[in-house]
Amino acid sequence: MLKFRLASRNLFHDRLRFVATIVGIVFSIVLVTVQMGLYVGFGRMVTTMIDHTPADLWVVPLGTKCFEDPSLLDDRQRFRALAVDGVAEAAPLVIGFAQWRLPGGGTTPVFIVGSELRGLGLRPWDLVAGRIDDLSIPGAVAIDQSYFDRLGTGGMGASAEIRDQKVQVTAVTKGIRSFTTTPFAFTGLDRARSYTGISPDKASYFLVRTSPGADVGDVRQRLRANLSDVEVLTAAEFRNRSRSFWLFGTGAGAALFAGALLGIIVGTVIVAQTLYSSTKDHLDEFATLRAIGSSGAYIYTVIIWQALLSAVIGFCGAAAIGAIVVKATAESALPIVMTPGLTVGLFLLTVAMCVASAIAAIMQVMRIDPALVFTR
Amino acid sequence: MTEAVLDAVDVVKRLGRGAGEVQALKGVSLSLNGGELVLLMGPSGSGKTTLLSVMGCLMTPTRGVIRVHGRSIAGAGPEDLAKLRRDHIGFIFQSYHLFPTLTAEENVRLALDVRGQRSRRARIAARESLAMVGLSHKTKAFPVELSGGEQQRVAIARAIVGNASAILADEPTGALDTQNGQAVMTLLAQIAKDQSRGVLVVTHDPRILSFANRIVHIEDGRIVREEPGERGKEQRVLRS
Repeated sequence: MLKFRLASRNLFHDRLRFVATIVGIVFSIVLVTVQMGLYVGFGRMVTTMIDHTPADLWVVPLGTKCFEDPSLLDDRQRFRALAVDGVAEAAPLVIGFAQWRLPGGGTTPVFIVGSELRGLGLRPWDLVAGRIDDLSIPGAVAIDQSYFDRLGTGGMGASAEIRDQKVQVTAVTKGIRSFTTTPFAFTGLDRARSYTGISPDKASYFLVRTSPGADVGDVRQRLRANLSDVEVLTAAEFRNRSRSFWLFGTGAGAALFAGALLGIIVGTVIVAQTLYSSTKDHLDEFATLRAIGSSGAYIYTVIIWQALLSAVIGFCGAAAIGAIVVKATAESALPIVMTPGLTVGLFLLTVAMCVASAIAAIMQVMRIDPALVFTR
Repeated sequence: MTEAVLDAVDVVKRLGRGAGEVQALKGVSLSLNGGELVLLMGPSGSGKTTLLSVMGCLMTPTRGVIRVHGRSIAGAGPEDLAKLRRDHIGFIFQSYHLFPTLTAEENVRLALDVRGQRSRRARIAARESLAMVGLSHKTKAFPVELSGGEQQRVAIARAIVGNASAILADEPTGALDTQNGQAVMTLLAQIAKDQSRGVLVVTHDPRILSFANRIVHIEDGRIVREEPGERGKEQRVLRS
């Protein structure tokens, strides 16, 4: 295909400009990848606790904005919930911040997650040492291995203090990290209340499991009718609410989107500038094409091919760097996450960005006078 | 008498605007017939190239009529003019205007590609066209690897590959030495032997007068004189 050949040779003819174009695209797309990868990673991280809780419904205090919300429910609500037709189980879950006393003096905050160790509950997952049952020992806690240094502990069997009460690490997890960077400490329900100062008749949430065959929607309606000052949410609803709060309520998402937008603008300007100057340099050739009778569409196709080629090559470079960044941040507090959908989206964005960049060049060619060939 | 492939009737062309406006053509009439090679001669700024541009449908006249195979181009838009050019007109330029990133064959094939002819036949036609100008051994060469004469022959191959009925050449020998200039003009005269094709050459070069059927002199935007060329005289003698 001669149009494609002409486009590719025009593109590769000036190597320095070609490299500048590709660097511009790579820089832009890597920036967008990082921002969007952070957005996805952040979105996943803020719902990780909800994702690992096997409840059909969540009973939450009225107005709860996110999983970390400090509002409390009264245990009487749980008994009312248990009396609702279709509810098989209603288990309390306690969360809250507490102070972990460091061996060398001083304290550091931890985020306590406490639930029943049998039946419905939120218990640590991805254990690399110890068992869930080990948390039934008085003072037992499970922490993530990535926080050993932060908590000043040697890991399994190490002792510390929370709220002046002795605790011992009896289980260790891998990869349960908090986006707030505050370490999670999993424990039993009573110990969690004790560490967070929550009275025994209170809980942060009630996790509801419906009876086999019961319609979750119907059970939810009945719970709403029977309980006051609470909301009854499905896991998906609670997940969306938490995600919306952290991403948009705090402005974090807007900042990430702004970064991505900046990347798109920078990339578009760079590609537009290089395509424009390339077109300007090849103006004689485009005028010749016009003189020998090519249609406007033929010339635009050549320019669009140049833009698409730049997009594909630039995207490949950006994807390679993106993959390295994703791998490098996989174990960090806020990993950059790439999903197949995001990869496809970024490719389409690169193509759209490069094609949009071609507009300036096309507008220049639209004004070309074929009689120019006699004056050069 | 063969049919006129291009006709200019009382053509006026103004260029520029306001105080900078100039009347480059002041009522010019000229026909290019099939089977003839016409030289258009005149001093710099006389309107030669403007007349070539107007007759080549690269620009429209301010007043007057341009006909391609008897059909007026009045009211044609840029895309209509482009179609007329690709269907009927081939151009040859003083500075060749070859694409430096394409080979000789690709440069020739481009004239067919813009017409949507992209089959294997287009490749064969391009090679045949290069063979006609004596460059069958240079199909893979890039312009930078060719001499000036060879580059101009590639440009001629590009102009004729689509069977254009009018070949318009702007100073085709201007950048060539005598030998190459003669070779190029021999080729153009060869093309003009075909009764369906006419060749109009803008030139300053007195060395090529012998190739002309007609020599048209233009000065200050007007045709001031027309005379038969050597070739025209010979043909007349042969006819009589």
